[in-house]
Amino acid sequence: MIRLHNVSKTYAIKGRRDDGSAPRTVQALKAIDFHVPQGQIHGVIGLSGAGKSTLVRCVNLLERPTTGTVAINGQELTALSGQALNEARHGIGMIFQHFNLLTNRTVFANVALPLELMGMKRAAIRERVTPLLELVGLADKASQHPAQLSGGQKQRVAIARALASRPKVLLCDEATSALDPQTTGSILALLRDINQKLGLTILLITHEMEVVKSICHRVSLISGGELVEEADVGDFFTAPRTQLGREFLNDFLKLEPPRALIERLEEAPGEHSHPVVRLAFSGDAVSTPLISRLARECGVDVSILQAKVESIQERTLGLMIAELMGSPAKTREALDYLESHDLHVEVLGHVQRDD
Amino acid sequence: MSSAMIDLILRATLDTLYMVAVSGTIAALIGIPLGVLLYVTRPGQVLAQPVTNAVLGVITNIGRSIPFIILMVAIIPFTRALVGTSIGTNAAAVPLTIAAIPFIARLVEGALNEINPGLVEAAQSMGATPWQIITKVLLPEARGGIFTALTVTVVTLVSYSAMAGAVGGGGLGDLGIRYGYNRFNPTIMLITVAILVVMVQGFQSLGDYLVRKSDHK
Repeated sequence: MIRLHNVSKTYAIKGRRDDGSAPRTVQALKAIDFHVPQGQIHGVIGLSGAGKSTLVRCVNLLERPTTGTVAINGQELTALSGQALNEARHGIGMIFQHFNLLTNRTVFANVALPLELMGMKRAAIRERVTPLLELVGLADKASQHPAQLSGGQKQRVAIARALASRPKVLLCDEATSALDPQTTGSILALLRDINQKLGLTILLITHEMEVVKSICHRVSLISGGELVEEADVGDFFTAPRTQLGREFLNDFLKLEPPRALIERLEEAPGEHSHPVVRLAFSGDAVSTPLISRLARECGVDVSILQAKVESIQERTLGLMIAELMGSPAKTREALDYLESHDLHVEVLGHVQRDD
Repeated sequence: MSSAMIDLILRATLDTLYMVAVSGTIAALIGIPLGVLLYVTRPGQVLAQPVTNAVLGVITNIGRSIPFIILMVAIIPFTRALVGTSIGTNAAAVPLTIAAIPFIARLVEGALNEINPGLVEAAQSMGATPWQIITKVLLPEARGGIFTALTVTVVTLVSYSAMAGAVGGGGLGDLGIRYGYNRFNPTIMLITVAILVVMVQGFQSLGDYLVRKSDHK
């Protein structure tokens, strides 16, 4: 539904060239290839400045990519301009971090705006807007102005407005970043609802793992203008493949070994050291008493430093930071045992034995 | 005070209102579009035209930098060609209009500049044409700012029209100078000033009311 091929975006930086060389440029996006199938909610997560916003703006050509092609529903947007591009944009809804509602229009008139732009008749507009306001739960606010609404209500109006032209695709640019956690939850629930009801394809960018966790099917990780990792959300939360992915996950789960322990961690195993491991288990492994089996079958004691169970959509994910106490041979055996039971095992380091 | 004097004051008040109304209306009709043009042709705006923008900017600045009293005299041939005379309220309305156009244009440009650029971006994402962005986003969102600009302009025109009186333009300024100043009649002088004060107060209150009424920020 959304297909980006080799999309890059380079900005020229204003200013004098001191050495007479080519103008200085910043590459915000580097050769992005990317596909979101029909009906999917795809998240793009990254730190600020990673290129998330540029990426989502390239999809509806608010920013025209320097190279590459963007196609929506098989139509190549990058080949269009002027009126043809405007018409194609009627098929793409977009919502923003700061809502961007017109302050001098009522809620009703805000939702009606895209339809007016399409040249729709007044009666037809009314027929279209009223059910949308009901869908987002604001039918009673139709004649109020945005200034009278809360942040969450404003974003609901923006969602109704984005849906008014019956788009196939919805772009969300940090749509919940200006909202409190509770309101974020209700906006995300609304997005999930319209994804299911209307079969809408949603591309959302965010810096919040919570958003990805609660509504995305797939997630891409963006860093330095490149997509460094792409995975199903369940896989991403159990076993991110990149260092940045792990940092996002640890930050989200707040699962770091205690500070005192980090200082004692050594990279290489010593003769008298224990491995400290991060275990991630999902699926059947969650309900299996692996730790006590480890003690019985491998003769290794396990000291649990931190543990957490999260449910990521339909999947349950367990995470644990633990020290494995035993001789090097025994702990090696224990690690093999864990890996053979589909656990994702990451050795964080080794600590000297106290005994 | 004689009834003839009262007639004179009434007549002068109506003349002033006439000059302000005619020049204000025509200047708004030209100045608002010019202000919009100054804004939308800026680099990075919906109809970015850097050259047009620079040319319009220079013309506007020239218009704004000429002192009104000099402008009034300098364009007498143009005024005469346009309204057939260089004396009277119609003749005074010409330089008043010309002075007010760049004034309004810059104020309107400033009002548009206050609009959150995200609103334009949102409209673009909905497939709005530049014309639709101007008529459905920029002008309605700047409504309050444009009313403020027009209020400032009308108040300025009231005082400029008094200046026009000095060169035979008619109106309260003319009355104040001829009867109050030249004939040493402090009563007339005070009355004309008092009427001007009331007029300015009235226009300001009306403007404030319209701004409040039109703006939902």
